[in-house]
Amino acid sequence: MSARLSPGRAIAAHAALLTYTAIALFPVFVIVINSFKSRRAIFADPLALPLPGNFDLVGYQTVMTRGDFFLYFQNSMIVTVASLFCVLLFGAMAAFALSEYRFRGNMLLGLYLALGIMIPIRLGTVAILEMMVASGLVNTLTALVLVYTAQGLPLAIFILAEFMRSVSDDLKNAGRIDGLSEYAIFFTLVLPLVRPAMATVAVFTMIPIWNDLWFPLILAPAEEVKTITLGSQVFIGQFVTDWNAVLAALSLAIVPVLVMYLIFSRQLIRGITAGAVK
Amino acid sequence: MGALDLKRITKSFGATEVIKGIDLEVREGEFCVFVGPSGCGKSTLLRIIAGLEDATAGDILLDGKRVNDVAPARRELAMVFQSYALYPHLNVRDNMGLALKQAGKPRAEIAASTDRAAGMLSLQALMERRPAELSGGQRQRVAIGRAIVRRPKLFLFDEPLSNLDAALRVATRIEIARLHRELGATMIYVTHDQVEAMTLADRIVVLRAGEVEQVGSPMELYNNPANTFVAGFIGSPQMNFLDAAALGFAPGKVGIRPEHLQLSRRAGEIAGSVSHIEKLGGETLVYLRSDAHGLITVRLFGEHDFAVSEAAFLTPDQNRLFHFDTQGSRRMP
Ligand SMILES: Nc1ncnc2c1ncn2[C@@H]1O[C@H](COP(=O)(O)OP(=O)(O)OP(=O)(O)O)[C@@H](O)[C@H]1O
Ligand SMILES: [Mg+2]
Repeated sequence: MSARLSPGRAIAAHAALLTYTAIALFPVFVIVINSFKSRRAIFADPLALPLPGNFDLVGYQTVMTRGDFFLYFQNSMIVTVASLFCVLLFGAMAAFALSEYRFRGNMLLGLYLALGIMIPIRLGTVAILEMMVASGLVNTLTALVLVYTAQGLPLAIFILAEFMRSVSDDLKNAGRIDGLSEYAIFFTLVLPLVRPAMATVAVFTMIPIWNDLWFPLILAPAEEVKTITLGSQVFIGQFVTDWNAVLAALSLAIVPVLVMYLIFSRQLIRGITAGAVK
Repeated sequence: MGALDLKRITKSFGATEVIKGIDLEVREGEFCVFVGPSGCGKSTLLRIIAGLEDATAGDILLDGKRVNDVAPARRELAMVFQSYALYPHLNVRDNMGLALKQAGKPRAEIAASTDRAAGMLSLQALMERRPAELSGGQRQRVAIGRAIVRRPKLFLFDEPLSNLDAALRVATRIEIARLHRELGATMIYVTHDQVEAMTLADRIVVLRAGEVEQVGSPMELYNNPANTFVAGFIGSPQMNFLDAAALGFAPGKVGIRPEHLQLSRRAGEIAGSVSHIEKLGGETLVYLRSDAHGLITVRLFGEHDFAVSEAAFLTPDQNRLFHFDTQGSRRMP
């Protein structure tokens, strides 16, 4: 599978891709370098690298001491992981049902479940808030997990159903003849084969949840359930903004998503090669 | 053990009727082959027998018991798929043992059955490999092994050899015939390949568009086809269909197999010119174009030389003619 490119075209392709990478990573780069500098150094020369002259960990110190940063962190982690788990589990189950079983209204149900891709869940914020108030879930992490699960499901079902249709019928039928239950077929035969799709869905689902400010602000603004994005807002004042702290908080917030992304993308690559060999 | 009885089976997908009322009895220990053109419903019928698909109407009886509502795993049958369908996450041993494990059999018994099947198919050296690490032929042998392990009453094969190359296909075909002799189980085998059908079958079921055209032993179908469809389907190269009126018979078709025609340069009943010849070493196929009958295939044994567009004459063996009416049904003498 080695596409033969002439050296000239290879250089051009690499140049284009490297330029794009540089542009995409530049904001992250600026955030990270400035988080290690003193406030004056940030404003004097935002693009300078943190060197002995301007190196300062004051931002990180503020973050560690002010506010319950670790609690926020933990909240974000709980909400993201729990929502991700629910989205992947229920999404895959619904996708399996839609792709595997012929029943009346299959098409309509599929369309209905995919509708959520086109309609932003935030349009329903008021109703969701009323529902959460009525069920006493305001200021709980459960509220966030429920909302994010609902938000992530449509795309997950849509993508996974498409992939599951491509899993060989013979394989599932062989399992049925060998006496595997439908659950066993789903968990042991189908899920491993759609693992690359699961990883893709996981990445697409995880990032908006981790970054969301809207629902934590509305549904769970209390101190003990604040997520990291909401928690970082304490450093952004109406008149004074503690840039060191904001940048340090953001830099730290990148780490967990990065780790999760790396985990999932390894799955992605492994899944792809496993499929190619078969 | 393993007698199958189908009673008026029909199957519709939405509005299209795919199986249109099939009655069929397969006797115990019989090797029954389903043949028919692509899309005629062979796989669908096999899936209905296996219980992977529900029949729209009709009854399926295994050993005299109605099994319409019995789950596939409980029907005591095994199926070998065209695409092998091995479990990618299990090694060969576990692939073969899974059904017994699901049935809750003790470990020692599973190991014994797996080893016995592996021995029959010479798979011992491959037991610890994953399917991804096997060649196509080895995968197919594992798939067959997986079927044997359970000692089913009934084996279902859905075009098991069509993904193999020619040499391997012959070897595996012989293997399957041997297994049938050794196990004595009932086997139902779907194929496109008429050599497979002729060599393996005790009985061949010819299907067309969801209906049974004819059932019989390979030689019955060869010597006594009920209509032009069966006559054309069984035998290779295909039977020639000549215009009956042009030969002085009642209107319709006259069928004659390529091996029952005599070819001469000097004189004969049907005149034509050679349009193509194929030399296969042991036999020579001559394609003759005649004004009255179109292209006629002649099969000669040994090597023969004919030039393209050379004039030649054919004489059919009068005892080997099949007469069909204008509808294509056999006209009985
Ligand atoms: N799930 C399905 N939904 C709708 N139509 C189907 C379905 N499965 C099969 N069919 C139709 O039923 C007919 C018979 O299909 P089947 O797979 O049994 O053919 P076949 O004889 O096995 O053909 P081949 O030799 O190509 O394997 C085909 O016309 C096919 O389009
Ligand atoms: Mg088929």
